[in-house]
Amino acid sequence: MTALLSVSALDAFYGDFQALFGIDFELEQGEAVAVIGANGAGKSTFLKSLAGLVRNRPDAIRLAGRDIGDSGAAKVVRLGLALVPEGRQLFRSLSVEENLLVGAYGGDRRSPWDLQSVYRMFPVLQERRRSSVTVLSGGQQQMVAIGRALMSNPSVLLCDEISLGLAPIIVEDIYRMLQQIRDNGTGIIVVEQDIARALRSTDRFYCLQEGRVTLAGTPADVDQQAIRSAYFGM
Amino acid sequence: MSGLDTLIEGVLLGGVYALFALGLSLIFGIMRLVNLAHGDLILLAAYLVLSATTALGVSLVASTLLVVVVMFVLGFLLQRLVLERVIGDDILPPLLVTFGLSIVIQNGLLLTYGADSRRIQAGAFESMSIAIAPGVSVGLAPLLALLTAIVAVALMQLIFYQTSLGRAFRATADNPQIAQLMGIDERSVYAIAVGLSLAVSVVAAITFGIRANFDPSIGPARLLYAFEAVIIGGMGSLWGTLAGGIVLGLAQAIGARINPEWQILAGHLAFLAVLMVRPRGLFPSGRP
Repeated sequence: MTALLSVSALDAFYGDFQALFGIDFELEQGEAVAVIGANGAGKSTFLKSLAGLVRNRPDAIRLAGRDIGDSGAAKVVRLGLALVPEGRQLFRSLSVEENLLVGAYGGDRRSPWDLQSVYRMFPVLQERRRSSVTVLSGGQQQMVAIGRALMSNPSVLLCDEISLGLAPIIVEDIYRMLQQIRDNGTGIIVVEQDIARALRSTDRFYCLQEGRVTLAGTPADVDQQAIRSAYFGM
Repeated sequence: MSGLDTLIEGVLLGGVYALFALGLSLIFGIMRLVNLAHGDLILLAAYLVLSATTALGVSLVASTLLVVVVMFVLGFLLQRLVLERVIGDDILPPLLVTFGLSIVIQNGLLLTYGADSRRIQAGAFESMSIAIAPGVSVGLAPLLALLTAIVAVALMQLIFYQTSLGRAFRATADNPQIAQLMGIDERSVYAIAVGLSLAVSVVAAITFGIRANFDPSIGPARLLYAFEAVIIGGMGSLWGTLAGGIVLGLAQAIGARINPEWQILAGHLAFLAVLMVRPRGLFPSGRP
């Protein structure tokens, strides 16, 4: 049995600077995996590599049996891998609904997500569908960012720091939504600074430090001390 | 009644300027690209229409459609083969390339068509006029030019705000990298935008080519009016560009009315006045 998404010996570079060293990683259908690590550990680079914003060896990343390591972002999203970028990055001159519709630009992969189902999950967005995204609260903006990514009907959803700058109660809401998204069979990769929050809602985790995986496992099997040392390298 | 005449003439002239400026405004709004060859590309379109009507002997309408297609393809290829290589964080390389392109087109036209003044023949239509009030009549050709400008802006607006392509344009203008994450191929979006810009320029070329004589050297002067219209209207706003063209046309008509030598000067003065009062134009788009 092969995983939905598998990463093998991934090295990633920004020019001459090597940000990731031989990363191995797997994700099954409907599974939620956390990637944790300190600032500069390579978490965002890892997500950017998956999403096609950083190019790699073709066979370093395989999605549903297909090599996508050297595919560009526009192609990767069509193949079923969508990124919710850090800081939400909504299109400021587009309305709420237009932001969602742009998410569906990448072709016609049908079920289950469309405007109706996204609005069903985030009713507040339907009320504000004609508003500019700039007047929404942070939590609502995050909902648009997640909804926008879902509109491409991804088999894998990448979430980069989705709790950043949000009130704890809103963060709980958002994570409840992620659970719903998983129930539809979508695999989720969560990158978070807030380790405890990430580990509570995921099946497995990978800890990165200076571009290498220093620890991996299920949250229940690993004690806090081991995580702390993998995180800080102490 | 002559005051009213002047106003009407100014508004109609503004329609032509707005058409010049529309293509420029379009690619500036989407790509932040300033196309210094825009005026010369309009002239190229005018000469192509001229060739199609005289050499091929097809009707004006048929040659317009033909040249629209040709210019769209030309714009698409221009972006994919040339401009794409220089577009980036630095705004200087695209300026230099389009400046060079402007010179190449001017000399290419000079070589092919010679330096004589030409004009697009539209038959009896050129001199037809209709009376809009007792004692006031307007030429059908300039009136049609203004209506065409309005329809062109409305059509662009429709594409921008009601279609998936338009959303892709606006999303890419906001943030090209994030637009890629939505499956939008930035390269083809830009190429379509340049193609569209040149297709619109054909309409500008015809309204202008019927109204006045042209020769290969006048492109840069048209570009200047187009720039002024875009900036008066506010960068990135298409209705603003139409308004900008009309402000410019009105100023020139009023200037010419006071003293025929002041026509062009009055246009530039109106431009400076708007810049002083509203540095971001009359209808600046929301983005900083």
